[in-house]
Amino acid sequence: MHNPQLNAQGQLQHLLSIEGLPKRILTDILDTAENFVGVAEREVKKVPLLRGKTVCNIFFENSTRTRTTFEIAAKRLSADVLNLNVSTSSQSKGETILDTVNNLIAMHADMFVVRHQQSGAAHFIAQHVPPHISVINAGDGRHAHPTQGLLDVFTIRKYKPEMHNLRVAIVGDVLHSRVARSEIHALTTLGVPEIRVIAPRTLLPTDVEKLGVQVFHNMEEGLKDVDVVMMLRLQNERMSGALLPSSQEFFQTFGLTPERLALARPDAIVMHPGPMNRGVEIDSAVADGKQSVILPQVTYGIAVRMAVMAILGGGNAA
Amino acid sequence: MNIVIKQGRLMDASQQLDQVKDLYISAGKIVAIGEAPANFKAEQTLDASGKWVLPGLVDLCARLREPGSEYKATLLSELRAAMAGGVTSLACPPDTDPVLDEPGLVEMLKHRAKSQALAHVYPLGAVTRQLQGQLLTEMYALTAAGCVGFSQADTAIVDTQVLWRAFEYAASFGYTLFMRAEDPYLAKNGVAHDGEVASRLGLKGIPSAAESIALQTMLRIAQATGVNLHIARVSTAESVELIRQAKQSGMQVTADVSIQHLHLTDMDIGFFDSMVHLTPPVRTQRDRDALRAGLLDGTLDAICSDHTPVDDDAKALPFAESHPGASALELLLPLTLKWAAQAKLSPAQALAKITQAPANILGVHAGNLQVGATADVVIYDPEMEWRVDGRVLASQGKNTPFVNHSVTGKVTATITQGKLVFQQENFAIV
Repeated sequence: MHNPQLNAQGQLQHLLSIEGLPKRILTDILDTAENFVGVAEREVKKVPLLRGKTVCNIFFENSTRTRTTFEIAAKRLSADVLNLNVSTSSQSKGETILDTVNNLIAMHADMFVVRHQQSGAAHFIAQHVPPHISVINAGDGRHAHPTQGLLDVFTIRKYKPEMHNLRVAIVGDVLHSRVARSEIHALTTLGVPEIRVIAPRTLLPTDVEKLGVQVFHNMEEGLKDVDVVMMLRLQNERMSGALLPSSQEFFQTFGLTPERLALARPDAIVMHPGPMNRGVEIDSAVADGKQSVILPQVTYGIAVRMAVMAILGGGNAA
Repeated sequence: MNIVIKQGRLMDASQQLDQVKDLYISAGKIVAIGEAPANFKAEQTLDASGKWVLPGLVDLCARLREPGSEYKATLLSELRAAMAGGVTSLACPPDTDPVLDEPGLVEMLKHRAKSQALAHVYPLGAVTRQLQGQLLTEMYALTAAGCVGFSQADTAIVDTQVLWRAFEYAASFGYTLFMRAEDPYLAKNGVAHDGEVASRLGLKGIPSAAESIALQTMLRIAQATGVNLHIARVSTAESVELIRQAKQSGMQVTADVSIQHLHLTDMDIGFFDSMVHLTPPVRTQRDRDALRAGLLDGTLDAICSDHTPVDDDAKALPFAESHPGASALELLLPLTLKWAAQAKLSPAQALAKITQAPANILGVHAGNLQVGATADVVIYDPEMEWRVDGRVLASQGKNTPFVNHSVTGKVTATITQGKLVFQQENFAIV
């Protein structure tokens, strides 16, 4: 089956999912991102790679944080940025997703950054744009959040360059998490040999082990000797109901506390895609502790998004 | 009108017929096979040499979308699609708008269908009013109006006491219930088979157990009440096994599978292809193999089209928001024969699954070429290669997972009630 993310020459045309991307493309994005990390430290935080191009952030689902990081990344590449919060505009008036997209095509946007509550929405949009437009998936339903997956492996690579020798644990609501899926695909593609998921059965997708992970229902066992702990956000609406009895019980059983973190390797790093629920999935002592790399993740996130935009926009040197 | 179909390969499993012979039609009936009856003067002579002459197909589930969803399809467009697909008798489920739960609606549908003089339309009445699963419909009056059985379409009767009483009531009159087994709680918001593919794609899954749990309940109530139960559109290996066991224990139960489920698996969803958004969801290769095996050993009695025309806009949406269903009347015959070839089953035996068997389940006289039977006859070109695309399909619904697939075999002409109502452009009539 043709991979809709690649063009006929095997180059990245859209970034929709990590799954199915060859290692060379992931490595290329990460290496390019390395060059962009320094841009933010310059006095003039801009490079002219996307000058004259228009990047359109189309957010069918609200997200200030992700939208902001894409906006900063695009602006640092000198692109013009258009932000569209569709959840509060046209769709509530009954406009279809295709109508919205066609209107933006007519405005001559060059790149779409799309977030939508439905899995597959980014693929759908990519199928309906002309070939000169690139689509970046900024999160579709439970399916994928590829730039998050990339910034996570970028962060891991910074602290633990020996990727082929790592033990990584992903903890929490994997079932509803596009972040977890993208992390798993990024880690497996880059050759991380042992990936664990730690969660109660109610928060794991069916047949999750077929994605190449080991399943643990016990936090202590799952964290033993890992090099990286990747926490997931637990959405408020899932904290009490048929999936979980309460946020307190979740913290008691799967919350990352200093005592539990001590079971991991002494030099293990702790990650979280944000926004964090302190006292639900993570203890503040850990979130703010010396093993936490949560804020560097945010910084690297901009460099990684710049790299993706630069590669899709046609240039890849800072 | 006297018609002779000359030199076609006649196939009819009901009389172990598979021979090149002439078929004679007069006054709407098949009057002879082989030799012309005395004083027969043909007004139309159809040359079927090199082609197959088959009983008109009988479809257990085709949505015509009238009343209520004329933007998706109309009675006329879908009956024309039926003719183009060689389907001369079809049962339509009650999930129209309004629901087929009142005799007046059924009479109107029967009347409108009859005035087109195309396929025979056999409505399935709703088991419960508004398909809400609470109050029984007037099954007796609905039967008098033309219903051949009763169905809940894709909705469930959640309250098992209502389910039990519906089975008891139908059993009192000997009516057949056409039920799809699905637990609505386990299936809630699901759009794909709950397995590896749905997990990868982040689609909400419907577990196989949603079907088996509901099926076990129905089989148990059917056993207690003695109702004629037909299980519609089986989708899992587990269900095939449950039905196999029920049949072995002597229960009177029949079952069908849709042509989509006989050919597709959840892998065909690919990168969120909304054409493969179907109800029930297509499942794994293991399930598909079990469905095929179930058809071969008689556990599953029939293949249906589950024809569900959907307008283009309703498919041009992200997978989970797209409307489920496939347009299939025109693909039922070639795709059934494709399965037969793959399963090394003779065409005549495979055809029984879309003619004789469904006719028996519906309790209608159709699906055979017996002398004296209503002349519903299909001339089929088994060699013709064609590409499935929206312009070729007569159905208003252009939604099929087989779009752009190459298919071998196409209906050349369809005769219903002794009248030639459909033919390919180049088909010569003398």
